[in-house]
Amino acid sequence: MSDVTHLTMTEALALLGKGELTSVDLTKAHLAGMEQARSLNAYITETPEKALAMAGESDKRRKAGQAGLLEGIPLAIKDLFCTEGVQTTAGSHILQGFKPPYESSVTTNLWNQGAVMLGKANLDEFAMGSSNMTSHYGAVKNPWKRKGDERDLVPGGSSGGSAAAVAACLAMGATGTDTGGSIRQPAAFCGIVGIKPTYGRCSRFGIVAFASSLDQAGPMTRTVGDAALMLKAMAGHDPKDSTSAPQPVPDFTKSVGASIKGMKVGVPKEYRPDGLSADIIGAWDKGLAWLKEAGAEIVEVSLPHTKYALATYYIVAPAEASSNLARYDGVRFGLRVPGNSLDEMYMKTRAEGFGREVKRRILIGTYVLSAGYYDAYYAKAQKLRTLIASDFSQAFETADVLLTPTAPTPAFGLGENLDDPITMYLNDVFTIPTSLAGLPGLSLPVGLSSDGLPLGLQLIGRPFDEETVFKAAHVMETAAQFKRWEAR
Amino acid sequence: MAYLIEGDTGPWEIVVGLEVHAQVVSNAKLFSGAATAFGADPNSQVSFVDAAFPGMLPVINEMCVEQAVRTGLGLKAQINLESVFARKNYFYADLPQGYQISQYEKPLVGEGEVIVDLPDGRSTVVGIERLHVEQDAGKSMHDQHPSKSCIDLNRSGVALMEIVSRPDIRSPDEAGAYLRKLRSILRYLGTCDGNMEEGSMRADVNVSVRKSGEDYRTRCEIKNVNSVRFVMQSIEVEARRQIELYESGGTVLQETRLFDPGKGETRSMRSKEHAHDYRYFPDPDLLPLKLSPDFVAKIKASLPELPDEKKDRFVRDYGLTPYDAGVLVVDRASADFFESVAKGRDSKLAANWVMGDLFGALNSTGKTIDTSPVSAAHLGELIDLITDGTLSGRLAKDVFALMVESGKAPSVLVEEKGLKQVTDTGAIEAVIDQVMAANADKVAEYRSGKDKLFGFFVGQVMKASGGKANPGVVNDLLKSKLAG
Repeated sequence: MSDVTHLTMTEALALLGKGELTSVDLTKAHLAGMEQARSLNAYITETPEKALAMAGESDKRRKAGQAGLLEGIPLAIKDLFCTEGVQTTAGSHILQGFKPPYESSVTTNLWNQGAVMLGKANLDEFAMGSSNMTSHYGAVKNPWKRKGDERDLVPGGSSGGSAAAVAACLAMGATGTDTGGSIRQPAAFCGIVGIKPTYGRCSRFGIVAFASSLDQAGPMTRTVGDAALMLKAMAGHDPKDSTSAPQPVPDFTKSVGASIKGMKVGVPKEYRPDGLSADIIGAWDKGLAWLKEAGAEIVEVSLPHTKYALATYYIVAPAEASSNLARYDGVRFGLRVPGNSLDEMYMKTRAEGFGREVKRRILIGTYVLSAGYYDAYYAKAQKLRTLIASDFSQAFETADVLLTPTAPTPAFGLGENLDDPITMYLNDVFTIPTSLAGLPGLSLPVGLSSDGLPLGLQLIGRPFDEETVFKAAHVMETAAQFKRWEAR
Repeated sequence: MAYLIEGDTGPWEIVVGLEVHAQVVSNAKLFSGAATAFGADPNSQVSFVDAAFPGMLPVINEMCVEQAVRTGLGLKAQINLESVFARKNYFYADLPQGYQISQYEKPLVGEGEVIVDLPDGRSTVVGIERLHVEQDAGKSMHDQHPSKSCIDLNRSGVALMEIVSRPDIRSPDEAGAYLRKLRSILRYLGTCDGNMEEGSMRADVNVSVRKSGEDYRTRCEIKNVNSVRFVMQSIEVEARRQIELYESGGTVLQETRLFDPGKGETRSMRSKEHAHDYRYFPDPDLLPLKLSPDFVAKIKASLPELPDEKKDRFVRDYGLTPYDAGVLVVDRASADFFESVAKGRDSKLAANWVMGDLFGALNSTGKTIDTSPVSAAHLGELIDLITDGTLSGRLAKDVFALMVESGKAPSVLVEEKGLKQVTDTGAIEAVIDQVMAANADKVAEYRSGKDKLFGFFVGQVMKASGGKANPGVVNDLLKSKLAG
């Protein structure tokens, strides 16, 4: 065993179970790795003392025969999850120094299952971005580079720190959140697995809100099996979140390795726009071939309202965000820039506290909700959202799961696409419809682009049918034999 | 008689609609578990949800929904089985979320009505347009520090019902009567304590004026008026301001105004151009509120008898005048008091005692029916003593005064003070004989035809008996004795 940080969660749990590894050692190895890889800027806050204390407690529990699902496994927590007594910034200056006096439900669930917190992972400010370049705490670098090109690439976003940390073995897994693709796109860019479960599967309590009707937490891991395990630990109905679903949480790990014989895999014809790169098309075709080989049937489906999805999303999400972010006013917590009047204090605080992208979305959201524009934008977007969701319901009458690319391109360079928000927004064109429909979507790496970067494919399932998604994902994972970053 | 204000150009009619904010009686807030008691130390009843900390989410308090549905049923209104919470967005220091969770397009309660009894004995119906549930904001205090404002979030998140009337009100008196009636209904239902001085009921008053037969003209909204009297005054003042404006060639601008009771005027708070754009949209943190017909039916079955029904019953069963019945049913405690006094007794006598002597005594001693020194049982006993002839009407008043003072039972007081009416003919005859002997000359005058002197003899006998002689018996005996 060369480096314990290269283990998957499942492998590490086996060693921990046999007493061949302790959580303290595993955690120390990760902390050392984090120190060496600080240039990636994957973490905003490292919590080594807390990590070691938690690992020590975990080893004791394991000895006492009280091991949880993730007993002793060190994780990175996206800095959008409130963690009690640990700075939670949401990637924003306006929350710098904010230490929540409470813990999010998802992280509470993880700690209850024995997981260990390594630190708080970097992200786009308030989860708004697809590159992690909007973080007040600096951009995150993708551990991957193009073949023969030393320029730094983005890890994707908004869960860029989580994705980079997991890909570079600075955590065995990480929590992410996904509003329009924020788990799946960075997972694809960094060559890891990420699933946005069905809306309502994980509690939003204690997660800094971006767009409440879309935000959903999910795991980011190096294997499908790890994702299934971690999701099981995170998920569950929470009475503190009215939108959390009172649904039982199945044992997702049972789906990993299950047969897909007879499964119908849908290919949405609208997801092949002109100009989609040969790399992406090639990966997609390969994915379909693997599934077919394993006994699945490929069917064409139609999602006719796909072309409206991006516009719909960029009305709904900013509208909710403009209201959700009103509470950052300098009155009760976080940054306050004094002014001579209440209004002046608001203006100075928010001008200094929010970055450009966040301000842009607050402006868009405020505009689309304004008197006289509401019907033309917000009300219309809500109608389209219903149509987009019913597209999927219809597709799922003939298909059990859909296969699409995760993103239209592999990772791009740091600083690219910044001048044009529209190009940046287009990165989420394949992930956004799923978010609007509240469906589970998983991205897994299936191969490399011609210049050596990971390519991800997305599997989309019916509401609360993550199991089918995991089944198909594992089949593809086995067939792909994707060589992860640490293996190169 | 319609209420009209006489202007230089003739009479003007006023048009008023009220938006009443009534604090829901519940132990916890609308979307958090924090307590709601009045008068607690500042910021001692605030959860992280109320203070809008990052990641906090609202969870509806079922008790508040139940109370609002109960209120809707009490207003004979339509209950909407599906309603939607919406965010009303604006920035203010005492609004932690930066939005108020309210209801906009789909309120919990639809159209209803309130029957309003007017001082002149008429009744009128004021339509209810809707009732919705919303959060209260916190409180800003600008007088605690020379340069800073203080914020108390105890009220932040407390459940309010906004009860919106139709513009059916046509006079300050009607507005006052509507508010009192609404308060009475809410108190019967136990859904709002109606204490305007504690802020648990406040009104926004929409006022416009018009010439008879015209359509509605522009209205002004007077915000946050906190007593029935001020509501009535503000309507009068605002209507006169608008009439003066029109009659001097001006126009009324739609705006929000404040009433200053000290100066007796309203003044502009913000005009329509500066009105907030609240950017209402459905709150994505909350699912649409869906009620089962069964939930509503259960609440309906548990409704108490409300003032209108009680009044009808009092008229029917006790033979009271509608006016008396109306006065007695204003609050449940008075109505209950009356009923237990009237039970098995002369109900008109009971009503007279409760409304006259008792209410008078409570008024002058600053007490309420709940703290009344005279219990219903004692007042009933007093009436029994009158009916069985133990006490004369006059003596009864004296005993009642002693009851108010001491809280003792009338039988005890009669015993202690020896106030019992004398009906024993022997004793009375003895007194009469005494009086006739002492006034032999007057007896002679009477017997010679000066029968006006009869009253003199009655007075003398009553005086000599210390007021205790039964006047009826005195009359009978005197007549036969004087006749010789």
